[in-house]
Order: sequence, then structure tokens, then C-alpha cells
Amino acid sequence: MNDQQSDTLTNSQNQSSEYLTFRLGDEDYGVDILRVREIRGWESVTRIPNSPEYVKGVLNLRGSIVPIFDMRQRLGMDSWDYGKDTVVIVLRVKGASSERNIGVVVDEVSDVLNARQSSIRNAPQFGGGVPTEYISGLVDAESKMVMLLDVDKLLNQDIETEQNSEDAA
Amino acid sequence: MSIDMAQFHQVFFEESFEGLDIMENGLLDMDPGTVDDEQINTIFRAAHSIKGGSGTFGFNDISSFTHVMETLLDEMRDGRRPVTPDAVDALLRSVDVLRDMLGATKDGGEVDEQMAQAQQVELEQILKSASAEASVVSAPQVEGGQSAATASASKQQGWHIVFRPLPQMMRTGNDSLRILRELAELGELKVDCDLSALPPLAGFEPEDSYLSWDLHLIGDASRETLDDIFAWIEDECELAVMPIYAAEPQERVTVEEAAKAASEEPDSTQDVSGPSEVVQVTDRRTGQDRRSSKDRRTGDRRKVQGGGGGGSIRVDISKIDSLINMVGELVITQSMLSLLGEDFSLDKLERLNEGLSQLERHTRELQESVMQVRMLPISFTFSRFPRLVHDLSSKMGKKIDLKMTGENTEVDKTVIEKIGDPLVHLVRNSLDHGIEMPEERLVAGKPETGTINLNAFHKGGNIVIEIRDDGKGLNREKIESKAIDKGLIDVDHNLSDRQIYELIFQAGFSTADVVSDVSGRGVGMDVVRRNINELGGSIEIESEPGKGSAIIIRLPLTLAILDGQTVTVADETYIVPLVSIIESIQVKEQQIKRVAGRGETFKLRDEYLPILRLHELFGIENPNATRLDEGLLVVVEGDGRHCGLFVDDLLGQQQVVIKSLEANYQRVEGISGATILGDGSVSLILDIPGLLRLADRQDGDGLKQSA
Repeated sequence: MNDQQSDTLTNSQNQSSEYLTFRLGDEDYGVDILRVREIRGWESVTRIPNSPEYVKGVLNLRGSIVPIFDMRQRLGMDSWDYGKDTVVIVLRVKGASSERNIGVVVDEVSDVLNARQSSIRNAPQFGGGVPTEYISGLVDAESKMVMLLDVDKLLNQDIETEQNSEDAA
Repeated sequence: MSIDMAQFHQVFFEESFEGLDIMENGLLDMDPGTVDDEQINTIFRAAHSIKGGSGTFGFNDISSFTHVMETLLDEMRDGRRPVTPDAVDALLRSVDVLRDMLGATKDGGEVDEQMAQAQQVELEQILKSASAEASVVSAPQVEGGQSAATASASKQQGWHIVFRPLPQMMRTGNDSLRILRELAELGELKVDCDLSALPPLAGFEPEDSYLSWDLHLIGDASRETLDDIFAWIEDECELAVMPIYAAEPQERVTVEEAAKAASEEPDSTQDVSGPSEVVQVTDRRTGQDRRSSKDRRTGDRRKVQGGGGGGSIRVDISKIDSLINMVGELVITQSMLSLLGEDFSLDKLERLNEGLSQLERHTRELQESVMQVRMLPISFTFSRFPRLVHDLSSKMGKKIDLKMTGENTEVDKTVIEKIGDPLVHLVRNSLDHGIEMPEERLVAGKPETGTINLNAFHKGGNIVIEIRDDGKGLNREKIESKAIDKGLIDVDHNLSDRQIYELIFQAGFSTADVVSDVSGRGVGMDVVRRNINELGGSIEIESEPGKGSAIIIRLPLTLAILDGQTVTVADETYIVPLVSIIESIQVKEQQIKRVAGRGETFKLRDEYLPILRLHELFGIENPNATRLDEGLLVVVEGDGRHCGLFVDDLLGQQQVVIKSLEANYQRVEGISGATILGDGSVSLILDIPGLLRLADRQDGDGLKQSA
């Protein structure tokens, strides 16, 4: 990941990208806005049996079946009760061969952040359990620290590892 | 290539592949010795369209190749050449080559030039022999048939010579340079030198000849003159001499010229030194492979880019018409209803109901018509078998008659695509294992020629495909002993014939004594069954020793829509495919027996069925019914096993449109897909065989024993 990071840094020091930021508890996160397909209010979903805790279920998005992941649980945070601000961000996730649409449940959507490549810092390494591998960088915005998420890693990897564990079983 | 042309490529390729199928079928039906004009005409027309099209699109290698085939066919059509089995076989092989060439061009891959050239040479060979055989009368006929203008435009322009001296040539006192000089005197000579064989300086042997040449001689030198020049070194080199016509790809001629060349007859002076040429063509491979591997890489990349096309489908115009009719009806109903809604009062309730039921009917009919569009006759799959049987039976020395019925039975396009390989496998099996050698058959008192019947027909919402042969049938003893060897069954089993036959679907099971390249490796039957199960179908074997065997495949008509039974557990709704349901019953507590304290089972007529609680399998909390007499047992069947699925309640039956879970998520054990219910919510469709596997895993041994 670091290679990739430095590569993009040298190539596009001054280019800026837009990120959609959202809150999970009192933390701020961001995803590349080009990956966002739509933002919709939380509505009940159809549970998928025997799936990981963070997979809330599937819903009907204009005729296609889209899985909904709980972002807090995905990152190993405590779950919370969904409220009226709870929203689902539908993201485009690139896999090895295909593209999927996956919805993630977040507390609330905050803002669109314009971040210059040069202002993005690497995430520090924490010991055990802090999932920094999904964080592609940190950026400061008005005294807040926004963690930029690598959508592909975050939402694809689990599908693959699950399949592996399924095969192993 | 301009972009304007590219948009027609798809159509061209589709038509060409269809044309190839027509040619292939025609050739297979052709009875050597007798000439059916209409049949040859059909084949000829197909070839001609491919040539014309490929010329238009600038696929010159294809058009020039087809040209040679066409010439041969033309002679057969005019009765100037007898239809010999050899010629038919050569044409069949050419169809294969052409199919490869078209396929490669379509996918942006690289055409196997060696193969094409070799085949072209073979055809030219036959043509040449014809000019010798066919009486002198034929020549004027040909000339007469052409207008003067055509003749001059398509006249032979010169020679394409591939000259590759053997290393020792110079030691015999010959010099390639002298040859080239002599050739240059005959006309305009274009020289391409191939340096690829040249060793590094350290390994250079001054007396050896390392160079080879690709020469284009434009001029009216005769073949004899060329032969004179090469006469001294004939044995010291690999040499290929091919005439260049106006239509030859090297000349990059215009389409019109290519079309004119269509009716061209090869020059009778063409005297190809056959064998050496074939050898030569294959030998050139080393030089070309290097180049082609590079081409292939670029080709592959293009293939990936173009891969998302998704293919197209040719639809009978009558189906489109009925679709349009239906939409018209729907529009009328809609306008009627909206008119009704403008000032609605209760006394119009009856008309509203009427309108709604009309709407329902039209929607259903529309749905059916749309489904019809995806339906294709199974002949798309069947059409490859005459060829397969023809080739394999002659290879194995068996006499086999293939009979096909019900080719017009229509099935979903996806089924057509996926059933092909399993069917090929089964037909090959019948050929290889089923039908005996002619002598054996005579001894057994059967006709020398074996029969394979391929039938397709509709039966109760399913399509049934049968592969039936009158061979020796399955050998029960052999399967039995093999299964015991492999530890699949006990020595003192008491399995029925059918259960024994089922064993051949186990992975790695083959009873063939000798592994042939046709079958017998034991990879296959399990794959066949898996493929068919994936399509939601089933496969069965019938066999009678000495009389033959039959494989019966049942497939659902369509994969997009399914009749389902809605069941509920707690507040969750699932769909059970109606085909898997045998019956639904309510059991009394005392009917339930327990195995080892856990496994619940109940007796239905004379069979003990295990009970699967859906809420346990799927971890559903707070089901309404936890006691078996509170809910319902749906008796379902999957993979030949029966079980009672315990649910809270049944809601109703409805047709559901199957949506993929995998498109955005992944496969889920026990779930075959999802669907959207009337209220817009998603409901999951149960996969009964998957559910049984899930149950096997969840509670170790309980189910396996009772199954």
C-alpha cells in the first residue's frame, strides 16, 4: 500500500480529490466521492442467514439486490441503535474481475471534503487490532481528523476471506 | 478499419458462424458419390457469403481461404468433380479451420496461419488433382463462364516463393544469390530475407547457409521456368511455390476484385510440389511463433476489453410481433384504467375490477412473451453432434447412426449455453462405452450399426433431454467391484440397480479398462451432474445389460422465473421452489421419533424422513413455532434426498423473478438467489440441496445416516 501511496504522491502532488465524509460515533471518515452511487435513508433489510455480524442484509435497489454492511461493526466498533439520521451510502467497489454495489450504514453524512494529495498523511501504525490497513490516509479538516477509507480493501477483502474460510470448512 | 464498418462486425460474425454450421451440416449429410444439387448449392451459398463478407470487412486471409473452398465446391456443383469422401473430409476440416480463423478474428486474437495455410494447400492439392483428372473439356467451360473483363482482372499475377536452403546447400556448390538473380530477371521481384536462423558470430559456420527468403515474383513466368531455376537445388532446400492471384491477401486488393476472383478457376498450369510444401509450411513455424506470441499478447488484451459485450441473440420476428401486440394491449388497458380513475365512483367498481384483471392477464402474457425471446431451439446444441459422431465413430472404427428428435424444442438461452458440454460428454460416453465394435454387435445378434438417439421434449414444465443408445448397457458387476475397491460401498450392500448406476456420478469413477482420449479418465460424470444441478435440473440413468442405456436429463424451462411457495419463520419470508416441494403436512407430537436424542425424524408412509428446522439452520430468532405440532412441515426433495423442512407457516404460491445474490455479494449456502416481492422487499429463495448440505455440516452425522 505504501508503494502505491508514494506513487500517487509523486505523480499528483497538487491534485486534489473530493471525499464524502461521514461520522461513526465521534470519529470522521471519508470515502472517495467518485465511488458513491447514492445516499439513502436507512430502511429495514432482509437478513441473510449465517452471514457475519456486520452484514445487515440485502435490499432492493431499483431491481438489483444490494448487500448492506454496518460500517461500525465492519471496523470492529460497537454497534448502536439506528436513528433518524442513520443513512446508507451505496458504494461502487472494485473487485478482481467485477464491480459490486455495496451499501454501508453510517451514523450520519457530514460533508464533502476537498483534499489535496499533498495534505494526505499516512496513517500511523498501531499495535494489535486497530484496522489501519483499511485507512489509505489521514487528512485534517477544520481541526477534525478525517480517516480516508480504502473502499476496495474494506469491502472486498471480507467477501474473499469468507469464501476462503467457507472453502476450508 | 473505419468505425462505421466495425459496427457490422458482430452481425457478420454471427452470420458467418451460422453459415459454417450450415456448411458443416450439409457436408455431413452429403452422400459421397451422389450429388444433390440443392445441398451443394446451400453449402456453396454459405461459403460465398462468408467470403463476400470477409472481403468487405478486409479480413483478407479469411476471404482467400474461403475462396479455395468455394472453388472446390463450385466444381462439385457443376458436376466437374465427383464428390469423394476425401474431398468432403477435407472440406469439413476446412470448415474447422475457417471457424478458428473467424473466432480468432472476432476475439481480436491471432489467426493460426500455419494451420490455415496447411489446409489451404491441402485444398489446392485436391483442386490440382482435379484439373488432372477432370477431362480437358472442363477448362474451356470455365473460361467460357467468365466475362472477359473478369478473366483479365483475376489473372494470375505471379508467384509467391518461400525459399529456405538447407544449411549444407553451399557445400554442393550452389549459391542462393545466383538463384535470386535469375528470378529477378523474370519480372519484378520483391525479396524479404529471414535472418532469424542466423547464429551469433562465434557460432557462425562460413560454409553453412543460414538465410531464407520470402519472394514475391510479379510477372508471367511459367511454373516450368521456375522449376528449371530450382532444379539443381531441389534436394538442398525447402521450397514452396504458390501462385499469386489478384485476390491474394499479399496484394491487398479491393473488394470488387476479390468478388470477381470468386468465380476464378485456378490456373491449370499450377503444379504444386505437394508434400515438400506441407513440410515447409510447418517448418516455418519457428520463425513465426516468435512474432505470433507477441501478437497474442496484444490480442489477449483486446479480448479482455471486448469481453463485456454479453453477446446477442437472434429472435424470430414473430416473437417480436407478439411482444409488440401485447404492449399495445397493455397500453389500451392502462388508458382505460386511467380514464376510470379520473372520476371514480363506487358504481364503477365492477369496471375497475374488470380492468385490473385485464391488466393482470396482459402483464402475464407480456411476461411470457418476453421469456419467449430468450427461448432458443435446442438444435443450437444438437447441431454439433452429427459432426462429433461422424468424427469419433470413424476414429474408433464403430458404425453409428445418430438420430435426433425434438430439435425444435425451445429452452432458455442460458440452458443452451450450459448444457452443451455435459451433452457432448454424455454422447462421447455412449459412443465410447456404450456402442460396441461392429463385430461384437454381430455376435450379440444386433445390427452392425449402433444407434444413438438424442431426444428433447417438454414434460410438465420441464424439458427432458434423453441420450439413448442400443449398446451393451452399464456393467453392474464392474461398477460394483470398482465401488468396493474405492470404498464407496460395503461388500455386503444391498443396493438396487439404479443405486449402483448412480455411483458413476461419483468423482473419479471410471470403469473403462483402457483410458482413451475419448473418455475413461473418470473426470466427467460428476462434473456433468454438477453442471446440470447448477441449472436446477436432474440426471438419471436407465440401463439394461446388452440392450443399451439411457441418460435422462430434466431441466427447468427457464432460469429467470420460478414458481415458488412463500413460507415464513418469525418475521422472515423465504421462497421454496415449488418443484422441490412434495407436500406440506402438519405432524402430531407422537409421530416424531428421535435418533440419538437429537435428530428428529418422522414417518411419512413407509419412509422415515429427517426434520430440518429452518430457524435453527438459519439462526432465526424467536420463531412463532418451536414445537413441531405448532408449525408446518414442508416435505422437500433435493439431490434425491427427502426431508421435512419445519417452518412457521405457508403464505401462498407465486411466480418470482430470480435475482442474483452473487452480483453484488456472494454465494450463500442454502440460498439460490433472491427475489423482490410485491411490496418491494427482498425475499431469499431456498436452495434445497444446498440446505441439506448445510444441515449435514451443522449437525455432523444425523442426516447422512437417515438419507
